[in-house]
Formats: sequence, C-alpha cells, structure tokens
Amino acid sequence: MYDTGKIVTGLVIFLVLISFPIWFNAAGNASANLPEPEIVTDEEQCIEDTEFMKAEHMDLLIDWRQTVVRDGIRTYVASDGRAFNMSLTGTCLSCHSNKEEFCDECHNSVGAQPNCWNCHNIPEETE
Amino acid sequence: MDTSRRNFLKLLGIAAFGFSVATRPVLNLLSRNNPARAAIGIEPTVPLAGKKWGMAIDITACLDKENCTACIDACHTVHNVPVYPNQHDEIKWIWRAPYKDVFPEAEHAFKEATVKSDTPVTVLCNHCTEPPCTVVCPTRATWKREDGIVMIDYHRCIGCRYCMAGCPYGARSFNWFDPRPYVPEINEDFPTRTRGVVEKCNFCAERLARGQQPACVEACPEALIFGDLEDPNSEINEILRTHHIIQRLPELGTGPNVFYFTRD
Repeated sequence: MYDTGKIVTGLVIFLVLISFPIWFNAAGNASANLPEPEIVTDEEQCIEDTEFMKAEHMDLLIDWRQTVVRDGIRTYVASDGRAFNMSLTGTCLSCHSNKEEFCDECHNSVGAQPNCWNCHNIPEETE
Repeated sequence: MDTSRRNFLKLLGIAAFGFSVATRPVLNLLSRNNPARAAIGIEPTVPLAGKKWGMAIDITACLDKENCTACIDACHTVHNVPVYPNQHDEIKWIWRAPYKDVFPEAEHAFKEATVKSDTPVTVLCNHCTEPPCTVVCPTRATWKREDGIVMIDYHRCIGCRYCMAGCPYGARSFNWFDPRPYVPEINEDFPTRTRGVVEKCNFCAERLARGQQPACVEACPEALIFGDLEDPNSEINEILRTHHIIQRLPELGTGPNVFYFTRD
C-alpha cells in the first residue's frame, strides 16, 4: 500500500470527526439540553413504574385507545393490580395537570407532535 | 504493508463475524421488544352477548311540546357538538325533521289530524342491523359493535365521507373546520372532534359504560324509550309488541333500530 502514513492519518481524523457527538457528550455535555418534565402530583406512583412510563407511555396510550374505542373495555389493570379508568383527560391529566411543563417539555425537545389534543381536552384550557 | 489476497479475505471474514456478534447487544438495547412491554396487563374482551340496543320514539309526545329541543340540547351539550354559523355545515347527532321527509312513504293528503306533513319528528342515527355506512368505510373507522351500536373511531376516520353517501338517513355530519371554537361550552369528559372527521350519534356508548341512560332519554323519558330489544322484559320490547310501529325507509333493508309509534 502506498502512502500509508497519509491514509492512516486521514482515517484517524475522519473517525475523530464522525464520532464527534459521542465523545462530545461523553465529555459531560450530554445533560446540558435534556428536558426536565415537571411532575406536580402528590401521588407516589404513576400507573406503572416511572422507567416504563418514560419509555412506553405512547404504546400504552395506543393500547388504551384501541381497547376503549374498539373493544369497549374501559378499565386498565396495572401490573401491581391497581385498576384505572383508561382516560387521557380523566386519568393521566388528573395528576399531570400541567401539560405544558410535563408533556410538551419532552415532546418539544425531541420534536414529537402527538395530535392527541386536537380532540382530547386539556382541563385548564377549556375553563 | 504487504498482504496476499488470501490473507486479506481471511481478515475480511473475521471482521464481518466480529461485527455481527459485537453489535448484537447494542441492537437488543435499542429494541422496543424489551421485557417491560409484557407488563401491559389488559383484561380479555368480554362482549355483551345477546344484547341489542334500540330506541322507540313517541311521535305524539313531541307534538305536545312545540319547539321543544330538550333532547337535542342535552345530547349536543354532552358530546361537544359544534354550532357552525352556516346552516350547510351543521353537525347533527339528534335533530328534528318534517314528517313528510322522515316518512316519505307514509306521506299522503289524508293523514290523521294529529300528524301533519310538517310535524317535526325527532330523528337520529338508526344504528341499523345492516348498516350500509360501515360497509363502505375504507378504513373500518366505523363498525357495528356486538351490542348493536354503530360506532365511529375518530382516530381512524380519514374524512372521505363515503359513509355519509352510504347512509340513507343523513345521520352523519362532516367537520369542515376545527370544531373547537364553535362548541358553545366544552364538556371536559368527552373529547371534541377535529377537522376532517365524520361524526354522529353513538347511542351514548360512554354513558352506557357508566350505567347511565343516553343523554336524550334522560332529558325526555316520555318521548324516548331506550333499551335492549332482545330482553323480553324491557320497556321498549313491551312498547314494540303493543303498538303500531313505523320505521324510516324499512324497504331499504337496513333494519333500523329506532322505532316510531304514537300513544293512543
């Protein structure tokens, strides 16, 4: 192989540049722009544990939608046995009443635009 | 650097193997099929077997109260039905129409004195036994439930309005605009609709689930009787057996489950 030195140097520079987001965040800048949703409720526990809700709330809500609208079943039994009414406005927003600081905080950060609120009511906005 | 083709190919093979093995845990980590998903514990569906909801409407009861809109007001308030300024855009879940339009085949010059051509008759979705609207829906956004209620899934409606063309009763309305600004007073417990979806009466499925009668029936129990058609002991069954009953356009074969009668 000719010009080994130049090629290896070029490869190293290329790898450093392309991995910029990884080592830049690893250097401690990752948390700078993380959204911080504000939880205002006095309840100790959401319907499922927090990690699950963070990762899976969108799938859970789709399941709820399907179960309530298509199957007519309105009660959700959580993994710890507690029962909840499957209602976005009625159940979710009864604790997370601060949609702007809770829902929108992360959704805006990641550019998610759920269209739930085109129809479902946000209590303080309808008053 | 000097290498033979043989060694180069060997190295390539090892690298490919190593790459496929090493990325596996990373892919697993990113996968949405992690064990936490199994925790969604939804109970299996239990349909209401052998039930069939229907309604009987006393035409003469409405006559006694001219210009009464109690049932309409109750329904439209509960369900956040918008009031658009232009009559052409009107959203109707339950409304009144002249007798001659509701029962065109029964219209003739010598009707009994109580009911005249322009006598207003209360009409709503008939929740047909063979609903043509559900057949034409390309997305299956509207369908007939086990208990007879013809439902619309507003999440799934694409606003093509085939169902409106399919319905012979004009029971479906289309939202040309965002309805929210036009809802007089929003009831938080029931969602509004959005622009571009079709809506209609749902026999108060959300109230039935809470053990309540439909809002219109609660507002006017003397003219509207709601119940299970297949329950031989229900009030509606009694009325249907003991009165002369007419339906809207029964010749179409849709099997309307809203029945009209006059108390003698």
